[in-house]
Amino acid sequence: MDSKTLSTWERIKDSDIYHSFIKSPTAIVSSTILFIIFFCSFFVELITPYNPFDPSSLSLMDAFTPPSWTEDGLAKFILGTDGQGRDMLSTILYGCRISLIVGFSAIIFSLILGVGLGLTAGFFGGKYEMIVMRLTDVQLTVPSILMALLVDGIARGLISREMHDEMAIYVLIFAIGISEWPQFARVSRAATLVEKNKDYVSASTIIGVSNIIIMFKHILPNILRPVLVIGTIGLALAILAESTLSFLGVGVPPTTPSLGTLIRLGNDFLFSGEWWITFFPAIFLVILAFSINLLGDWMRDTLNPKLKK
Amino acid sequence: MTFLKINNLSVDYQMRKETVYAAKNVNIDVNKGEILGLVGESGSGKSTVGNAIINLIDEPGKVSSGSVILGDLNIHENSESIVKYRGNKIGLIFQDPQTSLNPILTVGEQLIETIQTHLKLSKEEAKNKSINLLKEVGIKDAETRFDNYPHQFSGGMRQRVVISLALCCEPELLIADEPTTALDVSIQSQILELIKKLTKERNLAVILITHDMGVIAETADRVAVMKSGNLVEIGETKKILTNPQENYTKSLVSSVPPTNKKISRFVIVEKENSDKKENNIKILNRWTKKEIKDQDLVQIKNLSKSFDDNFFTESSKNSVMAVNDVSFDIKEGESFGLVGESGSGKSTIAKMIVNLFKPTSGDIFFDNVCITKIKQRFELMKFRKQIQMIFQDPYSSLNGRLKVKDIIAEPITLHNPSISNIDLNNYIYDLLESVELTQKSAVRYPHEFSGGQRQRISIARALATQPRLLVCDEPTSALDVSIQAQILNLLKDLQEQLNLTILFISHDLPVVRQMCDRIGVLKDGKLCEVSNTEDLFLKPSHEYTKELLRLMPKIESIYN
Repeated sequence: MDSKTLSTWERIKDSDIYHSFIKSPTAIVSSTILFIIFFCSFFVELITPYNPFDPSSLSLMDAFTPPSWTEDGLAKFILGTDGQGRDMLSTILYGCRISLIVGFSAIIFSLILGVGLGLTAGFFGGKYEMIVMRLTDVQLTVPSILMALLVDGIARGLISREMHDEMAIYVLIFAIGISEWPQFARVSRAATLVEKNKDYVSASTIIGVSNIIIMFKHILPNILRPVLVIGTIGLALAILAESTLSFLGVGVPPTTPSLGTLIRLGNDFLFSGEWWITFFPAIFLVILAFSINLLGDWMRDTLNPKLKK
Repeated sequence: MTFLKINNLSVDYQMRKETVYAAKNVNIDVNKGEILGLVGESGSGKSTVGNAIINLIDEPGKVSSGSVILGDLNIHENSESIVKYRGNKIGLIFQDPQTSLNPILTVGEQLIETIQTHLKLSKEEAKNKSINLLKEVGIKDAETRFDNYPHQFSGGMRQRVVISLALCCEPELLIADEPTTALDVSIQSQILELIKKLTKERNLAVILITHDMGVIAETADRVAVMKSGNLVEIGETKKILTNPQENYTKSLVSSVPPTNKKISRFVIVEKENSDKKENNIKILNRWTKKEIKDQDLVQIKNLSKSFDDNFFTESSKNSVMAVNDVSFDIKEGESFGLVGESGSGKSTIAKMIVNLFKPTSGDIFFDNVCITKIKQRFELMKFRKQIQMIFQDPYSSLNGRLKVKDIIAEPITLHNPSISNIDLNNYIYDLLESVELTQKSAVRYPHEFSGGQRQRISIARALATQPRLLVCDEPTSALDVSIQAQILNLLKDLQEQLNLTILFISHDLPVVRQMCDRIGVLKDGKLCEVSNTEDLFLKPSHEYTKELLRLMPKIESIYN
């Protein structure tokens, strides 16, 4: 053991995770793709020349322009335009931003809810644990997309009609979030059960540390690895759920389309020859979800020493 | 006659940053009919040598040079020959009898399968052979036990089955890797007797890999001492143990707690933290030293604890009495030892004293206050401060996500929230130096330390609240013998300087003899006898104590 203290960056560079990352082409490729997608989506105003949400910039004359490499394509619309003359590439990137915001918010919501319930259930045990875990069991019997539809339906019934479009995105986040939390609750409860029987927790109890501090200062940081892994894979699921809901017409409104909305809108033109309107958003969604899943897989293999070869 | 010859064997592990030599140029000979003890501390490469003989080195390790010659064949010549010899000419016994048998096959099926893989025998012949083998290793009713599953055998019996599996193809070499480490003392001696008997009867060459010098002294004819991959010394057991030549062997032998006498301190030849000379206990001036009064600090009265293993019926039928009507007292300033085999309830008592478990019945008095009936949290906190615990496993007793200084700061700030930052840091440094760690250790994480150093951090944390009673639950059983000696010395020093009362829990009788003034012997949750240490060792009154003392492996047996 050398005596000098390492800085945070040196510590990261020295860690096994960093080296495993460097050695895994899958992880590098998928995280690069994700980085490009995230960057383009969040700085979309700086990158794209068109703002699809600004009606004054649109011209119906440009509607249904095919991609630039086809016969009728125009160089200024690389991936063509949709029925309202919106540039597909810009629309996809704007839509992707909405999808990502909904996906991230939903997964953070369900992570906080699920980990909070799972951690307390595992720690306190007894009747409280039984109630929480049976609740997750019940919820796992309902398909999550059905759950989300149900929540969405109820929310729409409660919110006045004028507010629908405005509130749609929050309803969507809540609906997806509430349908994903059982996974987090299960994983964090199982991890908590392991951790709470370790001696360091006993040591803190003997010192006299309160339960709340033991839970959040000692146990929580130690159960975050598995939670992080299912969180990443859950992110892909949440984005897909958002797209599915939007495709079914209960998601974000068409005026601020997400990827799912774009696919639905394009779906109407699929058989009349304008394939690109639905094809590009769909392929984009596939790449996004696939990259997140690959990254999640790599994380699971790296963070779980039992799977190491 | 030399039967197994290991020539210049080296095993490398190609790691990310460096190449680790698990074994380096090891030369060992084993004769037929003798037991060679391979002894060393963890990480010394003793198991690696055992595994290298049969080429069972895990990735990314590989045998980089050397040869293994069995009889007159080089069995490392090609991979096929090893497969042929493994299980056939070479039998293996592993440490843990729980995992080395397949739980879903009967013992008989596993024996027949192994026999038929290597020998051309019909099923009927294989069965007869298996039953004879089971008889040979001392399993009664072998015919009926043949159809039992592994879980129907006790730990010791299961290890006998493993031995019969190792013997079933008439091997000439037996490699036993820590065959008795997972077993209790009484069963350990039976298994060792069995191995000795089989070695003579079958004229086997046996390599016995172990960390326990007592086991070596009682069984091995010759001994090879290993340290960090190198062979330090090899020779007659008696010669090595009584007159070691190398420094390392000397320190190893002097670290072993003697079973026949009490010594004041262990002689440390090679020290883990070599830069420190004498331990000056810096926290002494902060310590509000309690005068030792001639009174009982802890009184335990009719303590019982049962665990219900069934959630739905809380009837007493299903419950297991882990502790059954135990009463004893601990005087202020003394070390009280609790001894017992696994499952005797000694850890359960410790956990009740530190208030992790509530007793089913009975009371614990600390300083004449009954601490089992305290309801209010602030009342309990007063006692939390005075009773601290050191755990067995140094790897799970520290939170790996916190720096050492945060680990030690937790009890200090909790019981003294108004402490200033400078004062807190100084206190942490003093604590670290009192347990012979450097100040630099404060900013590191637990995984950067060795097991012994982690145990020191644990002790520093326990001392932070200035406790009067320190409960030590097997504090050294996860450590190597030389580290154990250092930790025991440290505990003795601390106790002397700080007037600590210590409850010392262990299964290891020699260690308890060195550490404790009085000893209680536990069996199946019941207290057999309590008496002064020397009385207990010289004239034990209870049958069970006599049995334990007779069976414990004695390093001194080599002198006879």
